[in-house]
Amino acid sequence: MPKDNQVSPELIQEGERIMRICNACRYCEGFCAVFPAMERRLTFEESDLNYLANLCHNCTECYYACQYAPPQEFELNFPKTLAEIRLETYKKYAWPGPFATLFQKNGVASSVLTVASIILIAVVIFLSTTTESFFSAHSDIKGAFYEVMSHKAMVVTFSTVATFMVLAFVIGFIRFWNDTRGANSAEVTPSAFVQAVGDTLQLKYLDGADSGCAYPNEVPSNARRTFHHLTFYGFLLCFAATAVGTIFHYVLGWEGPPPIPGISVLPGESDGLLRSLPVILGSLGGIGLLIGPAGLLWLKSTRNSLLADPKQNGMDAGFLVLLFLTSLTGFFLTAFRETSVMGSLVVLHLGVIMGLFLTMPYGKFVHGIYRFGALLRNAVEQRTMPQLGSE
Amino acid sequence: MNLSFTYDVLVVGGGNAALCAAITARRAGARVLVLESAPKDFRGGNSRHTRNLRCMHKQPMVVLTEAYTEDEYWEDFMKVTGGLTNEPLARMAIRQSETCMEWMMEQGIRFQPSLGGTLHLSRTNAFFLGGGKALVNALYRTAENIGVDIEYGSEVRELKITEGRFTSAVFSRKGFSHEVRAKALVTASGGFQANIPWLKKAWGDVAENFIIRGTPYANGLILNLLMDQGVKTIGDPTQCHAVAIDARAPRFDGGIITRVDCVSLGIVVNKNAQRFYDEGEDFWPKRYAIWGRLVAGQPDQIGYSIIDSKAMGTFMPPVFPPIEANSISELAELLKLDPEALRKTIYEFNNAVQPGKFDHAVMDKCGTAGLTPAKTNWARKIDKPPFYAYPLRPGITFTYLGVAVNEQAQVIMKNDKPSKNIYAAGEIMAGNILGKGYLAGIGMTIGTIFGRIAGGEAARYAKG
Ligand SMILES: Cc1cc2nc3c(=O)[nH]c(=O)nc-3n(C[C@H](O)[C@H](O)[C@H](O)COP(=O)(O)OP(=O)(O)OC[C@H]3O[C@@H](n4cnc5c(N)ncnc54)[C@H](O)[C@@H]3O)c2cc1C
Ligand code: SF4
Ligand code: SF4
Repeated sequence: MPKDNQVSPELIQEGERIMRICNACRYCEGFCAVFPAMERRLTFEESDLNYLANLCHNCTECYYACQYAPPQEFELNFPKTLAEIRLETYKKYAWPGPFATLFQKNGVASSVLTVASIILIAVVIFLSTTTESFFSAHSDIKGAFYEVMSHKAMVVTFSTVATFMVLAFVIGFIRFWNDTRGANSAEVTPSAFVQAVGDTLQLKYLDGADSGCAYPNEVPSNARRTFHHLTFYGFLLCFAATAVGTIFHYVLGWEGPPPIPGISVLPGESDGLLRSLPVILGSLGGIGLLIGPAGLLWLKSTRNSLLADPKQNGMDAGFLVLLFLTSLTGFFLTAFRETSVMGSLVVLHLGVIMGLFLTMPYGKFVHGIYRFGALLRNAVEQRTMPQLGSE
Repeated sequence: MNLSFTYDVLVVGGGNAALCAAITARRAGARVLVLESAPKDFRGGNSRHTRNLRCMHKQPMVVLTEAYTEDEYWEDFMKVTGGLTNEPLARMAIRQSETCMEWMMEQGIRFQPSLGGTLHLSRTNAFFLGGGKALVNALYRTAENIGVDIEYGSEVRELKITEGRFTSAVFSRKGFSHEVRAKALVTASGGFQANIPWLKKAWGDVAENFIIRGTPYANGLILNLLMDQGVKTIGDPTQCHAVAIDARAPRFDGGIITRVDCVSLGIVVNKNAQRFYDEGEDFWPKRYAIWGRLVAGQPDQIGYSIIDSKAMGTFMPPVFPPIEANSISELAELLKLDPEALRKTIYEFNNAVQPGKFDHAVMDKCGTAGLTPAKTNWARKIDKPPFYAYPLRPGITFTYLGVAVNEQAQVIMKNDKPSKNIYAAGEIMAGNILGKGYLAGIGMTIGTIFGRIAGGEAARYAKG
């Protein structure tokens, strides 16, 4: 890991200070997993802080509840300090290391890379098709999309990017896991793993205690959890749509764009609805990806500025905007795929997806990787480490 | 706030008792104004530092386990007060404590199971999720939503009372004086613990070395005004809840984190490096509230809790790091104590420790022999470096001197007649119930119950 990607000593010092205060107080214990995990420790080294910072999902309950929050003289801003540490850990674990700077400029990077991707895909397409074909309407029967970009070109381009992306995630996860191991050498057990997956899928700790959390303001609400669920499951459904489409293509030999149910079921085919599965999954997911990110952006814009780390605004917004655009361009493409603008829409949609993929390892998306890692470590610790300190 | 008309109920104070009163009065249809002397960021008095309240219950209730009956509550209560109480009021508070949680949840207050390290309270004390500030936030939110008028940074400086009847109050806000009229007054302004000159009158100059654990706004001004207007007082001005806290704590508002919980695991010496009390007399949660007074009785009002590395990690970690040394002499140097004297004290203590099986979870009877004062439980040799010390000072939680009240929370005048329209709730009247001693979590119980009674009665009077 390059030296300049280390968490700064000042931040570690502040992290240590706030942990000592909270560990002596413990009033926020019931909000989330961070406080019980803190109570399993008496001292806080960088590895502990990096872990705890990623276990926090910034619901900010513990800020409003804190009698030591500014302007009180202890100036305790627990969520914000953890958010700052979190950003530094993203950089620390990033692969390849030099790309870590992208976290800081993620907003700009997302825009530039997306535009570049659109141009790149346009170039690939123009090299492999004619202008005439690009700007004309194609019928579904012939496999509309592939008239402008060959299936092979699509697969080669995206699998290259996806491989790189997955590699970056895996290396990042391993770096996180090794860095936060600390003194606890316990192994991951199947039950710990199942718990961590469950906690992740339910967003268990985003519900405060049960009535929601203090986001975007003091009043407990489930808004963020709902929008996050829409985003996350929307994303998963779109991913499933792609996977199913790929299986249809290679295993069942159903080539070409899947039919839109009810509209373009091919005459004489009884498996029409099944063939439409990718469209159904993609549409449901797409709806999630429109409402979810839009909602999260809206919540973010109304949020208490004392709690936000301004360094992360670009990164947060960049990712959400790209998710939204992915879905939007996808819907346009589905709707207009038999018209003459289809070619341009393919370029736009694929370009946005490419931009999303390229920036994912250096943007907000990685929070999911490390949060899962932290929840996994938490599940392991719950089984192996006692809480310390008693009256 | 509208100063041109007469409010039904004026509530002075902005902590738990005040808001319970304001919400109850407003729900009973009264027009209510709350005047809180602290600015918004520091609203909520001592209540913002609390963590739980003590409730009786016949079966498991919300986060409380098993049962805690009226009789048991009463017994616990008698143990700490030694009978120095107004029994009908105390019994009423205990009985009504059963209804507190449900009412609080209706106001948006959330609860959590007892905190890590406080399992012994899981049956008796209901913990607020997020602690007292979260509680205070929820109460303010509810009060605002139902239309209670609230003014921050507004200190009431004058109460106009004739023959036991309140007519108006004068308060100062942003440097200007305003007068507000109301048909009834609820005083819920806390104790006078933040008023150092007053503490000095009762305690002498030693009070100069007291640390005030909670709000600096509890200056007793209202209590003083009521006393001047012929309201009867109750309690002894030197009685207060005082614990030993870390001497490095800020003068005011340091709250819960400044406590030091390792007294029973080691020894405590004064500035002459001498022990002065049995550190292992009883479980720490039952004894912590006597150590404030004990330290206050020592020269310069300072003590040092000393442990060795065997004890580390077995008590609630304090916020300030311990003073650490590899030898007793080195520790004495760091504490500016006489090294020879400290070595001798520890040598004698270690020699007096009797063999036994140490167990901090029970009264293990591991004691000293032939030592004065003896340590009767949890005595272990202090011999495993590194050695650690925490400096201690008296930390005042709240004072007990207050105004006398009846079961309708009306204040009683010197002629023993209740005032027509003046009510009191919370710390300002807690002395009616707590003549001395303290039972963890009873402060919030008293404030909630008397706050609700005061608000309800005040509204009834004003509307009636
Ligand atoms: C660190 C700490 C921890 C505690 N923990 C617990 C616990 O866990 N459980 C428990 O039961 N008790 C606890 N207590 C005690 C508890 O805080 C009190 O019993 C309770 O909060 C009293 O509530 P109150 O509303 O009467 O007073 P407070 O909450 O102190 O409110 C008094 C209010 O009056 C206002 N005020 C004062 N003078 C004026 C004026 N002239 N004009 C206008 N406003 C004025 C103040 O600004 C303040 O808002 C704790 C106390 C401290 C310091
Ligand atoms: S955030 Fe504040 S209230 Fe919560 S545990 Fe930490 S110090 Fe206590
Ligand atoms: S912000 Fe929320 S998740 Fe993070 S530590 Fe505070 S309460 Fe826990």
